[in-house]
Amino acid sequence: MAKVVGDIAVNIERCKGCEVCVGVCPQQVIGMSVEVNGKGYHYAGPVNDKCTGCENCALVCPDGCITVYRMKVEVEQ
Amino acid sequence: MEKTINKEQIRKPENLVYRRTPLLVDVPLSYCPGCGHGTAHRMIMEVIEEMGIQQDTIGIAPVGCSVLAYDFLDIDMQQAAHGRAPALATAIKRLWPDKFVFTYQGDGDLAAIGTAETIHACNRGEHFTMIFVNNGIYGMTGGQMAPTTLPHMRSSTSPYGRDVEIMGFPLKMTELITHLPGTYYVTRQSVHTPANVRKTKKAIRKAFENQKLKKGISFVEIVSNCNSGWKMNAVQANKWMEENMFPFYPLGDLKVDGQIVEKK
Amino acid sequence: MGELRLMKGNEAIAEAAIRAGCDGYFGYPITPQSEILEYLMAEKPYEKTGMVVLQAESEVASINMVYGGAGAGKMVMTTSSSPGVSLMQEGISYIAGAELPALLVNINRGGPGLGTIQPSQADYWQSTKGGGHGDYHLLVLAPASVQEMSDFVKLGFDLAFKYRNPVIIHSDGAIGQMMEKVVLFDPIPRRTDDEIKKQCPWATVGKTPDRKRSIITSLELDPGKQEQVNLRLQAKYRKMEAEEVRYEEIACDDAEYIFVAFGTSARICQKSIELARAKGYKVGLFRPITLYPFPVNPLRELSTKIKGILVVEMNAGQMIEDVKLAVSCSLKVEHYGRFGGIIPTPEEVTENLISKVIGG
Repeated sequence: MAKVVGDIAVNIERCKGCEVCVGVCPQQVIGMSVEVNGKGYHYAGPVNDKCTGCENCALVCPDGCITVYRMKVEVEQ
Repeated sequence: MEKTINKEQIRKPENLVYRRTPLLVDVPLSYCPGCGHGTAHRMIMEVIEEMGIQQDTIGIAPVGCSVLAYDFLDIDMQQAAHGRAPALATAIKRLWPDKFVFTYQGDGDLAAIGTAETIHACNRGEHFTMIFVNNGIYGMTGGQMAPTTLPHMRSSTSPYGRDVEIMGFPLKMTELITHLPGTYYVTRQSVHTPANVRKTKKAIRKAFENQKLKKGISFVEIVSNCNSGWKMNAVQANKWMEENMFPFYPLGDLKVDGQIVEKK
Repeated sequence: MGELRLMKGNEAIAEAAIRAGCDGYFGYPITPQSEILEYLMAEKPYEKTGMVVLQAESEVASINMVYGGAGAGKMVMTTSSSPGVSLMQEGISYIAGAELPALLVNINRGGPGLGTIQPSQADYWQSTKGGGHGDYHLLVLAPASVQEMSDFVKLGFDLAFKYRNPVIIHSDGAIGQMMEKVVLFDPIPRRTDDEIKKQCPWATVGKTPDRKRSIITSLELDPGKQEQVNLRLQAKYRKMEAEEVRYEEIACDDAEYIFVAFGTSARICQKSIELARAKGYKVGLFRPITLYPFPVNPLRELSTKIKGILVVEMNAGQMIEDVKLAVSCSLKVEHYGRFGGIIPTPEEVTENLISKVIGG
């Protein structure tokens, strides 16, 4: 059967650490970094592999820093 | 057994499903972290990209937080004096009737200093699109009371909360212009959740498509946050907006295809 | 060559706008210039040349409509009278700051405040010294006849586009309301869209892939860059001062005394010259046609050949400052003015020349 897997790429230097993306992720994929970027913000990023590429985070990101990928994969039963 | 899929396999061009539209200039936005302006900008530019009208679109952003919008939107733009965007748009649309013309205005701009220009452009039935970002406060100048500031809401010029007996009532400009014969489409949306962002984009698309019909103003209010002005973080501000702004400024269509939407 | 008509000054402006190929007029009624909007609405140029005519909700709106239209490369104008022009000042400053071509008309009436609807020249300072905020200049044309009301519309648009700078026709209620014969210039077709795009590559007409986006703004937050903007504007004003000075000398060849006057006052002075010469005084008239740039050098040159100047204005003494600066106070410069809507008679002007300058 097919399964959807996804991933996000965050433009770390553009992220302002607002955390709006964190709460809208249905898979709780996104967390905030311990380190800060060049502007001093803790930036968002995936903390696990549960992303389904639903685009929720990218839609609400005010700075448009999130790129979303999604692919179907066949999984063996 | 599941095959192990690594990130390199997923992050391939053919799997790309969402990226920042290239119609947004590749520079950092000047807005505060979590501010809805960025999302509103992106939705407008996605609509322009999808309609393929970059070379036929002229935007006008007057004074306010979005005064530098022309730095971010890769289209021809004019910067207007505070409140005057609808006057500029009126002339541009009449002089270039086949171009897509829109204004992008805040609540202080559209509902206070530009009240006359707003109402008269709507009442004349100009054929452009107005995007109205309402965050209930003057953001750029540091959080002063706006015409849309809620009763009891604190701002730097209503530090004990807006006392309507002294400071007057908040102005529901969107409801007001709904009843003018020159408006064709009036809606109120937000950009704080994925579902709302999708609805806002649909509304903006409709507002731009309507320009082809030449039947009057299409007006999209976006109720938005101002975490800096509201003295909250972005997540708190979005929650506060849902709890306080939406009851006073309810989301949804007010007028569609020239017909007022009756409230149930 | 041209069409001869008997017209009001205000009507001549309206007709000239249509003939000049103007793309858009945006205005608001105010006495004594409402005939301009009335004439345009009656003529319906939108059905003939495609020119847009719109009655705005205020002068604030009309000047900002002009700002928008000018930014989009169109040939646009507005007209008003003194209180209305005061309302427009913010927009005028933006147009000057964004360096856009536009034609403005001020049919002066007496002030200050609501003042009177009668003619005046009391907005000289407002027109020539800025009016709105910031360091800027309008190019100021002062017609003295209905013929010039017509001619200066075309000249004004030409200069506005040449310098990408707003031009104002500074006239008054007398010239706006009086009827004279006027030879109208032949109609010029409005520019096509392609011609506009070629002439105005800076205009907001829609970004094509082959160019950067056009941005119309007067905002520059970096003070270093804003100073550069100001220096560029100042260089433009110096060029105007070098190349665009216009004036007229009447009976100056043998003159010992001259009037310096513009617009309606200059017309009155022409009669005053006859009265003075009948009494044996050699009197001439120097009429600035561009109030900015002021004809400094021609007046200075003339001043070396004469004994005294009477500046005649329908105000309390505004242009006299520019006259004194031009002649470096090297000879007697006196002022005679009536204001509040009073037009001086040729007799009182002559009497004042004799009493204040010649006999004084």
